[in-house]
Amino acid sequence: MSSVPNRPTESFEATRTGNAVLGKSAVVKGQILSREDLTIDGEVEGTIEMQEHRLTVGPSGKVRASVKAREVIVLGTLHGNVETGDRIDIRKEAKLVGDIRTARIVIEDGAYFKGNVDIVRAEVPKSASATPAAASPRPATTSASPTTASPAMAAGAGEIKR
Amino acid sequence: METRNSSGLDQFCSLLVERPGLTLLDLAGANQSTMAFLTNLGHRVYSDDFLLQMDRCFGDGDFYENQADPQKAAQFLDAALDYPAQHFDGALVWDTLEFLSGPLLETVVQRLGTMLRPGSYMLALFHAEERAETIPTYSYRIQDRKTITLAPRGRRRPAQFFNNRSLEKLFSDFDSVKFFLTRDHLREVIVRR
Repeated sequence: MSSVPNRPTESFEATRTGNAVLGKSAVVKGQILSREDLTIDGEVEGTIEMQEHRLTVGPSGKVRASVKAREVIVLGTLHGNVETGDRIDIRKEAKLVGDIRTARIVIEDGAYFKGNVDIVRAEVPKSASATPAAASPRPATTSASPTTASPAMAAGAGEIKR
Repeated sequence: METRNSSGLDQFCSLLVERPGLTLLDLAGANQSTMAFLTNLGHRVYSDDFLLQMDRCFGDGDFYENQADPQKAAQFLDAALDYPAQHFDGALVWDTLEFLSGPLLETVVQRLGTMLRPGSYMLALFHAEERAETIPTYSYRIQDRKTITLAPRGRRRPAQFFNNRSLEKLFSDFDSVKFFLTRDHLREVIVRR
């Protein structure tokens, strides 16, 4: 029996269960609730909630919405406030206008960002937290930062302790 | 990219270390190192690229003539400095004020003063080369409380040259102005609201 995976099936499964895509010609107005990762390459206006999953605004994506997600990656344009449980990644050429509440933020050189950044502690499972207060989000004193991205970021990343 | 020591930044940071949870304005354009430095100290950061906003509003045609156009000036103020009064505990304006002329410069400084809470600091940089036709512009990035990285952004013609006296006049409505001597051609100024 071969151990080589059946790639077409694997790819299909990954697409079907792991990542929904709104293509370049898609225009959505209203509320999006997603229980899987979502990539937007088209236009979305409204609200997006996917607190356990990752939102990717692709290079062609134009999103005008408030966003709540576990993780947000912006390569295109996003106007609206963003709240992430884990991290937001604003890539080169991306444009983000809005306020951000997140545990970690990565901004690549060449990205444009206008707005407020409020770093909050990532929620700690109750069993792992020493005190109840540790579980509630609040401004961090040892926040957030990058692990990857452009060389210019690496210097900043070196300063960070989590 | 070059780095430089900054006594002005050190002074600015003395406020940040004493009191966590401040709201700060950074007009250098969002960058990772400044964002990480300030948020690691427990502060909120409002970020915008002031020079880019200027280019968007005044870049089509003569940069300084356009600044005298009341409609364009109003559009710029709405785009770049539309914040509530006494919203910030500190502002990093870097060298951006050098590229504003005449009445708009005074309006911007006045508005910055309005946006800052009493007792807060603003850090501004001014080139000291009196005869230079153009001066280098940078994206200023904080590495630590005494060190700035300067990422080049080309050269620009400054609106005017500032000496100590003209800077004192510019910030006359502020509580105090403190100058820091540097070995290079940048004059560092800390203004207290």
